[in-house]
Amino acid sequence: MKPYIAILNTRMAVLFQYRSAAIAGLCTQVFWGIVKVMILEAFFAQSVSAEPLSLAQAITFIWLGQALIQLLPWNIDKELEAQIKTGNVAYELLRPLDLYSYWFFRAMAMRLVPTIMRSIPVFMFAGLFQALPAPESWSALIAFVVSLLFAALLSSAITTLVHSSMFWTISGEGIQRLLPQVTLLFSGVVVPLPLFPDWMQPFLNLQPFRGVIDIPSRIYTGVIPVVEAPYYLGFQLVWFLFFAIAGKWLIARALRRFVIQGG
Amino acid sequence: MLEKIKIYFRLIAIAFRSQMQHRASFLMLASAHFISTFMDIIGIWVLFDRFKIIQGWAFEELALIYGVMNMGFATAESLARGFDTFSQIVKNGDFDRILLRPMGTLLQIASREVHFMRIGRFLQGLFVLLWSCKQLGIPLYSPNFITILFAYIGTACLFYGLFILQATLSFWTTETLELMYIVTYGGLESGQYPMSIYNPFFKGFFTFIIPLACVAYYPIAALLHHETFSMWVGAVAPLAGIIFLYLSCQLWNLGVRRYQSTGS
Repeated sequence: MKPYIAILNTRMAVLFQYRSAAIAGLCTQVFWGIVKVMILEAFFAQSVSAEPLSLAQAITFIWLGQALIQLLPWNIDKELEAQIKTGNVAYELLRPLDLYSYWFFRAMAMRLVPTIMRSIPVFMFAGLFQALPAPESWSALIAFVVSLLFAALLSSAITTLVHSSMFWTISGEGIQRLLPQVTLLFSGVVVPLPLFPDWMQPFLNLQPFRGVIDIPSRIYTGVIPVVEAPYYLGFQLVWFLFFAIAGKWLIARALRRFVIQGG
Repeated sequence: MLEKIKIYFRLIAIAFRSQMQHRASFLMLASAHFISTFMDIIGIWVLFDRFKIIQGWAFEELALIYGVMNMGFATAESLARGFDTFSQIVKNGDFDRILLRPMGTLLQIASREVHFMRIGRFLQGLFVLLWSCKQLGIPLYSPNFITILFAYIGTACLFYGLFILQATLSFWTTETLELMYIVTYGGLESGQYPMSIYNPFFKGFFTFIIPLACVAYYPIAALLHHETFSMWVGAVAPLAGIIFLYLSCQLWNLGVRRYQSTGS
């Protein structure tokens, strides 16, 4: 385990260097958040019947989504892409490490650092100027934090699976185009998932991307009562295991038949 | 002038042919684009499915703004690709070479690169626009449709101007360009809803500083009788986009004059 923790630490130290990007990111997220809140307010103003979310809850969903947006498995590691393209990935195989675990912890650093740099200032802004309420209760706060950790695991496993698939697709350009849109929509950042049409709910409740932002947001706002939280944490874990096993299997398959180019 | 236009179209044709060399990859990326922009409209449709209406606007009315916005944005995004990636040229010091050539800098950058796969977004916008016209009973040969066409041209010019502005900023700094995404991508996203739902500060910003409201919202709101001012005010409002493009070009020339090379 020790070498993998070291990988996580060094990658995080590298990624923490991009601080000016974080400031620009904060402005972007604040802008999006304010626009989305105004749109939702205009829609709710027309509402005649009771909705699955109150306006206040929906606004909390928006700010949580903006704060945690970097936790989504929305992009790929450019360095890994280049390694696969050039064949340099062969050097990685010389290391006395398990390739899957190595990539998994790299992906984890890639998710955690931007999330930390973006979420803290966005939380502060939303709390100070946008009246973002605190979690429902102390126990909800603890459940929220645990669900965030599980969300990070799940997101890293999805990213690693995408990385493994690049042994076949090489460029991954098509995936790169689709990933942001798909993850933003199905994690509930574009529109909170409870506001989707009722007939779509059975599907939305089962798909993996809700594990990244929707479940933590529901626990935070109390839409999911704390007593029911263990079921949803389990949901996150099951999807995490699914993606981890699939990724490991895919890498094993790729390594068995892969031919290194160049000399 | 005519000579310049000829050269521009010739260079664009060359870019088009070179991208068509990789036809399969082009088709794949264009369709990925088409699908990914489709997700945008799902996000809007979902809210309409639940709430039916936003400040008196129905979904098919909003679709008109959405279509104009996306077609205009896609046009600008594909044609202004050279400006979008311009900061790299300044960083490398490659701009010096461009200054040496016997042609205006604007024309050279404009024809440097064209991104034809953005046709995916354009087609999706066109699709939504035509559907909306059919629902609202706007015939294709009518003054109303000409207004819509003019709104599209104004939108394309405005976004093109924003891309030039983004490139111009890199004469001063190459660090904070990401902030421009707030007005380009952010403008596209927020401009898809009626401007009347936003607070006065926001509305003022998008009317007088970056005239996003003028190019799509005012003409369409006047056409559908959602605003009280008369039809012709809305119909000429997209001129603001063309003026904005002109002003961006002037600012660009100012930036070129103060450019200092990074190379050796």
